[in-house]
Amino acid sequence: MSTTPPVWASESFWKKVAIWVTAGSFIILIILTFDTLSKTAVGGSRVQAYSVINKAIDYRFDYTLNRYRPVFGGDEPLFGRSLSEDEAAALVTQGKKTVQAKNCMNCHTLLGNGAYYAPDLTKAWLDPNWGSVEEREARMLAFLLDPEKNAVTFSSGRKMPRLGITDAEARAIVAFLKWMSAIDTNGFPTNFKTIGHQED
Amino acid sequence: MRTGIIDSANLNGGQQLAVKYFSVALVLFLAQMLFGLLAAIQFVQPDFLYNVLDFNVNRMVHINAMVVWMLYGFVGAVYWLLEEESGTRVVGLAVGNLAFWVLTVAVAVVVVVYLLVQTGPGNDLTRWFVNEGREYLEAPRWADLGIVAVLGVFFYNVAATFSKGRWSGIAGVLTLDLVALAGLYCAGMFYLTNITADQYWWWWVIHLWVEATWEVLVGCIMAWGLMHVLGVRRRIVETWLYIEVALMFGSGILGLGHHYFWIGTPDYWFSIGGFFSALEPIPLVAMVVHSVYDAGVHKLRNGNHPALAWIIAHTFGNFLGAGVWGFMHTLPQINLYTHGTQWTASHGHLAFFGAYATINIAFFYIAMQTWRGNIWLGSGLAGDGWKWKGALALLNLGVIGMTVALLIAGYEQSFIERAVEGSTWGGYFAAQMHPWFQQAMAWRLVFGAVTLAGVVLLVWDLLTIGVGETRRAPQFAAEAG
Repeated sequence: MSTTPPVWASESFWKKVAIWVTAGSFIILIILTFDTLSKTAVGGSRVQAYSVINKAIDYRFDYTLNRYRPVFGGDEPLFGRSLSEDEAAALVTQGKKTVQAKNCMNCHTLLGNGAYYAPDLTKAWLDPNWGSVEEREARMLAFLLDPEKNAVTFSSGRKMPRLGITDAEARAIVAFLKWMSAIDTNGFPTNFKTIGHQED
Repeated sequence: MRTGIIDSANLNGGQQLAVKYFSVALVLFLAQMLFGLLAAIQFVQPDFLYNVLDFNVNRMVHINAMVVWMLYGFVGAVYWLLEEESGTRVVGLAVGNLAFWVLTVAVAVVVVVYLLVQTGPGNDLTRWFVNEGREYLEAPRWADLGIVAVLGVFFYNVAATFSKGRWSGIAGVLTLDLVALAGLYCAGMFYLTNITADQYWWWWVIHLWVEATWEVLVGCIMAWGLMHVLGVRRRIVETWLYIEVALMFGSGILGLGHHYFWIGTPDYWFSIGGFFSALEPIPLVAMVVHSVYDAGVHKLRNGNHPALAWIIAHTFGNFLGAGVWGFMHTLPQINLYTHGTQWTASHGHLAFFGAYATINIAFFYIAMQTWRGNIWLGSGLAGDGWKWKGALALLNLGVIGMTVALLIAGYEQSFIERAVEGSTWGGYFAAQMHPWFQQAMAWRLVFGAVTLAGVVLLVWDLLTIGVGETRRAPQFAAEAG
């Protein structure tokens, strides 16, 4: 038996393969990252402008694409006031910062990522749990301000704790959730019945 | 050299620093277990510690302690092998020691703030000084900067030591991997309101760390461990290391795409993520082949049975937990239903344990052996080594039990919450209230307690193994060329 291994089993061959494969994969990832970030910029077709919170948002099955997509209707300003693009951006930003400050993601999931102790918030704005479109804003506010008293636990006993959320923070969270519900998540969650279309 | 008692004179400079890292790692490992258990109890009994120490806090400490103890283990393992591998003393050891204390004090402060302050108002101060509220990356920004600085010092120690001594294949891969480790962490250090872009970069840290750079890092540590424990020839482990790097980065870097299915990113990630994550188990198969073959060729002759047992546990745990359990739910066709369910938790538990906890534990035993004067830890230990065998059995049984329980819960959730009920909140609770789910979570709690018992026994064993042992371990270092 020869002591020199064949090329395909030699250390130097695999060293070169390792370097080329790593560099090649990383370059492809960087190119795709530029592309993805340009396609997911706020204000595009996948991630809506923050002022989308002034509109009616729904999530319906698209028969051409064969998957669920967000759809946008007429004016439906949040808390009865139509916001400019800058005002909307500031409000959604405050909402996202509050969601981070209150550590929501260690119970809930956002876009399906996070913990699984509490429901997914991806389409929380559209959830039939809020009863009706008319009552939704008031019920969300009441829930965030006093989650213990307004808990709807479906008799699981799992309640959101008191997090010291202020009125302004609660409104900002609602704005953030409304804006997030407008993101085109490639059909996730599938088969989701929104607040206005439970009978579909 | 005195044998049978813990004596730091038996260690070189890098190893003295390594055992400090290992000690903190074990404390954090216990903390991970404790807070994991509290969180598991809350799944079964939601009123437990309600409004005092809520699930979000327990779960955050649970996962953060895990990430940090694993990093402590890796850093310790690298300092452990650094002088032997480079043939010279650690360059800048004093600053390395300082960095250890800075990091440890910072970790303690962060944990105290997590427990006592918990949450803050929705502004930038909270993100800088309390927590960032981004799963796994909760560390406040000041601590992020500290972590990067400490990783910088660590990198300097490693690179400068190899530069002064000799560069081996392991040294080269390790050094380049540490550049990626510190560099990628920076991808998670800025605020974005656009949650799609936020999660895009967040995965750069989480996925590219865990499924690429960490895997390569443990590949390096494993290669050295096999030479040290089994006397495997360097040319063989280094060739395998390059094969693993090629396969790991070749599948893992673009395998990142399997996290980009549902966060608002373009749908070309379906095919890229699906294809490359299907390849991800392959390097892990290579790892199994390589260590089982190496162990077999050497007829398992070695002087450190606990370390070898944990190395073998690592190979199978990595293949099953990261490879098989990961593959089971990463194709988009399946992931549409399993995403955001306990299925992920099932994979996470087995993967982190199998891929990372096991190799760190193997190094704890390697360290203990040398610390006590390079004593014999093979067959014929006092009490037939019942403590290490018991810890091995309890930990593996506990984690596999939790994994299976969570998998059952994940199947049930995918079926009832996702497929049948269309992921509404009503559907979520329908799944959470179902007896199949609740029984699974009760079993998870039981097996969590088994795991905790295993860790307690492990710590006890590490503190007592080899007390008074005078037989010496066989030396393989000489033939490792």
